Amino acid sequence: MDTDHVVSFDPSPMEGSEDVHVLAVDDSLIDRKFIQRLLKISACKVTAVDSGTRALQFLGLDKNRRTLDSDDGFVGLKVDLIITDYCMPGMTGYELLKKIKESSTLREIPVVIMSSENILPRIDSVMKMFLKTCRCLEEGAEDFIVKPVKLSDVKRLKGYMTRDVKVGSHGHGGGDDDRGGAGINHRKVSDTPNVASSPPSILSPTLSSSLSLSPSLSPSSSPTIIDSPIRVLKITSIE
Amino acid sequence: MDVIQWQKQLLDHQAVMLREGFLDDQFIQLQKLQDDSSPDFVIEVMTMFFEDSENLLNNMKRALEQEPVDFRQVDAHVHQFKGSSASVGAGRIKNVCATFRDLCEAQKLEGCVTCLQQLQHEYSLLKSNLQPLFRLRQQIQAAGGSIPIMD
Repeated sequence: MDTDHVVSFDPSPMEGSEDVHVLAVDDSLIDRKFIQRLLKISACKVTAVDSGTRALQFLGLDKNRRTLDSDDGFVGLKVDLIITDYCMPGMTGYELLKKIKESSTLREIPVVIMSSENILPRIDSVMKMFLKTCRCLEEGAEDFIVKPVKLSDVKRLKGYMTRDVKVGSHGHGGGDDDRGGAGINHRKVSDTPNVASSPPSILSPTLSSSLSLSPSLSPSSSPTIIDSPIRVLKITSIE
Repeated sequence: MDVIQWQKQLLDHQAVMLREGFLDDQFIQLQKLQDDSSPDFVIEVMTMFFEDSENLLNNMKRALEQEPVDFRQVDAHVHQFKGSSASVGAGRIKNVCATFRDLCEAQKLEGCVTCLQQLQHEYSLLKSNLQPLFRLRQQIQAAGGSIPIMD
């Protein structure tokens, strides 16, 4: 892995691969290396970039490039999850989240936010965290993880990534609007009824059983309330 | 047999560093990410951390020498250092950074200068204490042994 460059791309071919592909966004070199390793150990392909701008370029939202409606060049660059740091110079993770959710081609991709804010036993830092979490939830983030990210967090992340069993579905998925764009996953993550119905090819039996439940499940079923601030909010209020 | 002795020394040394707070649980987590497919992961990350730290400490020093001091700039460097130290399990450094951030927010120059000195001290302590750890790890690996992981 070349650590001098700001984009670290997994060279192995993704076409037909059953591994999920995660786009990690973090301005810290160390954190990028760390998250890459965490994800790779969890059988994910990873592309790591150092800024929201680069993330959008990679996703094809750069205004200077052709839109994803063209068939050009994006075969194999399916992204199943975006994990981004909140606090970054230039475009923050929150701003990146908004741009992704505003895009008709990309909004289906689950986005997870990482924050380096410690939850100190102080009202002001608890409030800060709470507000950050709310904002991200409101904008459609799947989850909000406090750094440093752990292996158990990654296990939970895999639950947000639903993959069609038939990999390589570059065509137009079912849906009213033509989402076009080769290589863009069309599934609606929020409609995922049950983590256990995720493709078994990705999740080993032991991993499935240790996965925490997806946010759309009923409140009584989640044992992971303490793991994620976002889960508390989702369960107790909106849904 | 040497490898067994080295493994014990490694665990002992690490236990001391954990007890004294130089390292925290995150360092253990880091070690779990090393395997045959990434056999030098821990050393690679820590080397990155050392380089990064030295840059940040220099940046903080220069920022505190400006007239007037831009505390937000200082805080930005400290924030980064806090993040990276948390990621690698450098417990003491992380804690000093937390205090440092408060001082930046309160714009206390003297406090910041003292904190910077403390950070520099903690950093050099950590670095020198990690060297024997890395040496032992390399020795064990070179002898074909496995690096013991604490839990």
